[in-house]
Amino acid sequence: MKTLDSILKSKWTKVFLFVLCLAPLGELTWMIFTGGLGPNPINDVEHFTGDWTIRFICITLAVTPLREILRQPQLIRFRRMLGLYAFFYGSLHFTTWFAIDNFFNFHDISKDIVKRPFITVGFTAFVLMIPLAITSTKGMVRRLGYKKWQFIHRAIYITAILAVIHYLWLVKSDKTRPLRYGAVVAVLLLWRVGTWLRDRKKRQAQHARLAREAPSRIETAS
Amino acid sequence: MLIKKKADLTYADITPKTLYMGRRNFLLGLGITGAAVKLYKNLPSVFAASPTGSVPVPLNGVTQSKYTTTGEKITPVEDVTHYNNYYEFGVDKDAPAKNAVNFVTKPWSVSVEGEVAKPRKFTLDEIMHLAPLEERVYRHRCVEAWSIVVPWIGYSLSTILNLVEPTPKAKFVAFQSYYDIKQMPLGPEAGIQLPYVEGLCLDEAMNPLTLLCVGMYGETLPNQDGAPVRMVIPWKYGFKSIKSIVKIKLVSGMPPTTWNLYAPNEYGFYSNVNPKVDHPRWSQAKERRLGEFLRRDTLAFNGYGDFVASMYTGMDLRKWY
Repeated sequence: MKTLDSILKSKWTKVFLFVLCLAPLGELTWMIFTGGLGPNPINDVEHFTGDWTIRFICITLAVTPLREILRQPQLIRFRRMLGLYAFFYGSLHFTTWFAIDNFFNFHDISKDIVKRPFITVGFTAFVLMIPLAITSTKGMVRRLGYKKWQFIHRAIYITAILAVIHYLWLVKSDKTRPLRYGAVVAVLLLWRVGTWLRDRKKRQAQHARLAREAPSRIETAS
Repeated sequence: MLIKKKADLTYADITPKTLYMGRRNFLLGLGITGAAVKLYKNLPSVFAASPTGSVPVPLNGVTQSKYTTTGEKITPVEDVTHYNNYYEFGVDKDAPAKNAVNFVTKPWSVSVEGEVAKPRKFTLDEIMHLAPLEERVYRHRCVEAWSIVVPWIGYSLSTILNLVEPTPKAKFVAFQSYYDIKQMPLGPEAGIQLPYVEGLCLDEAMNPLTLLCVGMYGETLPNQDGAPVRMVIPWKYGFKSIKSIVKIKLVSGMPPTTWNLYAPNEYGFYSNVNPKVDHPRWSQAKERRLGEFLRRDTLAFNGYGDFVASMYTGMDLRKWY
């Protein structure tokens, strides 16, 4: 596993991943310029960017479980990049809707955000990603202190759930795709609930053990 | 005061020689991977067999109808044949064009029955010759807030209804689509109940605008557009324009309609195009005309109010959506 370790630690793995994450954008650009998008291209771009936003949210949420399951703590090095790509595709998705589909029509846009539940949750999911993007740097972790930073970044759990609901509420009759993402998000979040409970049990067991051992240690010390 | 500046570059920043020399290989690898992915995606169509289904044939002797809409740019046939909601053939917009290639629409018959004095079955050939075929350019507005302009071919439904002589008990017209799981294996995944059913009030069915349609763009209907015979009701949302009709039944009570069965609070029996009555989940005030960049304002009754508004005077169209 020494080679895997050195691959994960290599700067070039990060570069490779960075370029790989641009592949969906590359595919989209290719489709736009070769007429590969159908008669309603704006809708197709919205769906494409939306799909990749929720995929990157899931991929980002998968890093922590995979670190533990695969015993590869080095995977943490990629989490920030993946999270920022989720924000990137989310921004493309939002901008397409805001600037191209609705062409900056603030009146219609704000009405939609307020009156259409699926847009309300989608907009909220996106807005919640903004503070996460802003506080993504190492400098920010230092400035905020880990506890505060951790608290802010837990918002991704809400974004993930809202993203699934956004998708579920916009489809006409075929609910299979949003429900599939829902299943993935559920597994990723339940894993965290599971480990939190397990670690809580461990902590409780530790405290109980120390409480039992401490009296005997005091005796021998004297 | 000595201001220490961090050195711009250190030895650690130097790209390792092996990686630098390999950069072109890296790009080549990316390119090959991209091409391989493209090839893999397109492989199925390379091995596909020739389609065995019905194909459109030219229609001769078609005259321009007096009910044709003028002043609209006709949507390219390429768009109208590759952007379809025909869930029996898949729920994606490009699915029917791919999956309906083997749909066989010969022989075909339409049974006209129910509260009529002379119920009978019409073969497709008989339907084609009941009245002179007219071309009618109509706007077509989907409930999803996109629209097209199509030169449909057919004649008023009233022609066939008058032939079978509805009795005084007939108040509504019910329609039923073809459904066969062998020809439509994706049907069970449609999410909606099949066979597809629709309905109109008798006066709506007798309105001259209501078109019994057998063709478009100078030819018979392509499979994905509802071959071989369908309805076109231009002042209502597109889902009311039922495709591939096999049965027309005159009934005394309001008949069930597929989308209303699926989501009664979202799709009403009337479903007249109305910018003032929103779909519960999205606005109907604007629409995307395919091919245009800016959204357009939606028109009441899709702009056909002059012909149809009188049927609804006094009705609360918010209640009767």
